Amino acid sequence: MNVLIYLIPVALFLGGVGLIAFLWSLKTGQYEDLDGAANRILIDDDDTEDS
Amino acid sequence: MGEIAQKNFDNLTLRQSRDLGGDCCAAGAMAMSEVASPAADYDDFVSADPTAFVEADQDGNAILHTLVENMHCANCIKTVEQTLKSNPAVLDARVNFSTRRLFLRWRPEGIDVTDLVKPVIDQGYPLTPYNPAMIKSAAAEENMRLLRALAVAGFAAANVMLLSVSVWAGLFSEDMGPATRDFLHWISAMVALPAVAYAGQPFFKSALAAVRAGRLNMDVPISLAVILAAGMSLAETIQSGEHVYFDAAVTLLFFLLIGRYLDNAARSKARSAAERLLLLKAVAATIILPDGNSKTVPVETVTPGTRVKIMAGDRLPVDGVVSSGRSELDVSLITGESLPITVKTGDNVFAGTLNLNAPFEIEATKTGDNTLLGDIVRLMEAAEQGRAKYVRLADRVAEFYAPAVHLLAAATFIGWWILAGSWQNALMQAVAVLIITCPCALGLAVPVVQVVASGRLLMKGILVKAADGLERLAEVDVVVFDKTGTLTEGRLDLINREELLPEQLRLAARVASNSRHPLARAVARAGYGLGDHLEVEECPGEGLRAALDGEEVRLGSRAFCHVQEGVADDQAPGPELWLRVANKEAVQFRFRDRLRPGARTAIDRLKAQGFKVELLSGDREVVVKELAEALGIENWHAEKKPEDKVARLKTLADQGHKVLMVGDGLNDAPALSSAHASLSPASAADISQTTADFVFQGKDLSAVTETIRVARAARRLIFQNFSLAFLYNAIAVPLAVAGIVTPLIAAIAMSASSLVVCLNSLRLRLEGRVAMR
Repeated sequence: MNVLIYLIPVALFLGGVGLIAFLWSLKTGQYEDLDGAANRILIDDDDTEDS
Repeated sequence: MGEIAQKNFDNLTLRQSRDLGGDCCAAGAMAMSEVASPAADYDDFVSADPTAFVEADQDGNAILHTLVENMHCANCIKTVEQTLKSNPAVLDARVNFSTRRLFLRWRPEGIDVTDLVKPVIDQGYPLTPYNPAMIKSAAAEENMRLLRALAVAGFAAANVMLLSVSVWAGLFSEDMGPATRDFLHWISAMVALPAVAYAGQPFFKSALAAVRAGRLNMDVPISLAVILAAGMSLAETIQSGEHVYFDAAVTLLFFLLIGRYLDNAARSKARSAAERLLLLKAVAATIILPDGNSKTVPVETVTPGTRVKIMAGDRLPVDGVVSSGRSELDVSLITGESLPITVKTGDNVFAGTLNLNAPFEIEATKTGDNTLLGDIVRLMEAAEQGRAKYVRLADRVAEFYAPAVHLLAAATFIGWWILAGSWQNALMQAVAVLIITCPCALGLAVPVVQVVASGRLLMKGILVKAADGLERLAEVDVVVFDKTGTLTEGRLDLINREELLPEQLRLAARVASNSRHPLARAVARAGYGLGDHLEVEECPGEGLRAALDGEEVRLGSRAFCHVQEGVADDQAPGPELWLRVANKEAVQFRFRDRLRPGARTAIDRLKAQGFKVELLSGDREVVVKELAEALGIENWHAEKKPEDKVARLKTLADQGHKVLMVGDGLNDAPALSSAHASLSPASAADISQTTADFVFQGKDLSAVTETIRVARAARRLIFQNFSLAFLYNAIAVPLAVAGIVTPLIAAIAMSASSLVVCLNSLRLRLEGRVAMR
């Protein structure tokens, strides 16, 4: 059972990383234009030389 | 002025060509774009000068925020961004496709913003500048808060569940020592308690507000259950007990936050569509300078005492006193009064009201940043409270559910105290009852169905604008249609082409192509008539006069062409035009408004389903009668003014009917807002779209039956969900009262009931797929 001493912190840490990543993505506005992101994938990059 | 008119006209033709081009997108994509951009208003941009909205950032670059109309697909994003970026001064041009907004940043040296944005407008994407501070809505922030809470609750739920599963596994295999169990409980407490404190806030606040107001809402039992579960579990943990409900507390919060988030997202979407329209309307004011010229300025810069010009169809940008002119104002958004009021010199008028008839001038009284913001808040509140009488299903359930749950818990406490004698033990059982009855599935019952139903309607190009619209629509038993533009396409077509000689038609078309009158346009369309340019004189209200080879050609009304009353009178229930060349005999052109496709089927189907169908039109009796007979509508009323329509709806409502109003015109707006539920086509006037609960794309009227069908299916599902939730309670509550609920049973029962409710709601989507095949 001693392995729990390592495993539980590891589990919490990994979960925490996910949580922080989500909060970060929320804060940096990555959820503000979901429709746009879905559509932008269809735009060719090769002629957007200035972006 | 001439130049502006020309610009308007160019934009107008551009809009038509773009709308045709818009067909490349799926109905869903079109509808999505309509969510945020109902009926683009070109004239507004032409008159709104973006210079006033340019701001500077800290690096000295100029920035401009605008709304973009007419974007439908990826190509539109590309065109707008590339067009702007092709100008070397532009540093950043970014479109937000979801909100139809454009952010533009450029080096201001030697660049005029009007020139900068002109290429985009010329491509058919009108831009309307706005002040970003004004559009930031409270709902969007609330959404963010809920998402953050949801993330925290999700994290905690996953981790605590992980630990709880180990504890439960230990219970079964009986090889987990009390020390390990306590250790796991303590870790659960450390994760769960901060999470409850953070993620529970939306519920705690709402519950507190309700209790302070002396009411009970669904959040009261939720808050109580969560707080008691967390508190009791902490006490148990400290005493190394077994009954630890941390997992239940956080999982509850997680599920409930999902429901809350979906509900809020649907509402804020509905709100932002309306809010945007209002912003579009009142963003700029046309002021009259002391020298008599007029100028367009942002509304914040208007000071009291300034004279402001209000054109017909405009929303008033500021509060004021009418200084000259006379018109009718639609004040429904301000006062809730659905009939328009007449204003004349000296009357007070309010920002946000809509000028219906004639241009007039006002002298501003209340202005500044406050006014518009204050007014928008006022408008939105009025719009939302217009139907405040309607209590949503979930709230109706909460009204008896919450007290019942609390009584039950109290009874359990007293019962156990008397029977078992120990108040600690009794408290424990009472708390278990509260946890078990926490309305988790109930909280999900409505929002999940709503989201699925809205998604299914969106696929058909039908937009749900009011959050409770589906619930109200499902109760409808009478459907009232407007005629022009609703049952018909609202576009006149020539119907007696075969009676005319080809050269007569060509000549008429040549003359008519010079006018923008709807009848003249119909003639021009029918005759494909462009020939040599003709000098045409337009006499307002009468007709067109031209000279051809020394002869006078007249195209216009009966009197204008000197035709006797009674000639060919019986032929024409619809509008007519006459063509007279010199003194030869005049010929008649007759027109009719074409029926929308699917009108007949839609009405037959409605009648077959037992709906009462009525027709309320402002048009002449002959025309309405003909159409009503063609469609088989027995109940029809012609020559109804907007107030008559409202009165008729009121009569129906007083008879106990729930009315669905389908209409498109400005004159239907009051009726739309007074009906139990309302639907309007996307071609409708802005104000009708703002008012209507649903907006449908495309020409086909079968959208009406489809919307009703989905609304009824949604209502059925909501009731099923309620039944499932109650069924769950019926099984779990006796166990809780009897005191045999363990944390494991609570966790399984609650998660299972929530899942069942969600899966049941998803059936609506499945059904939609099958129906589409």
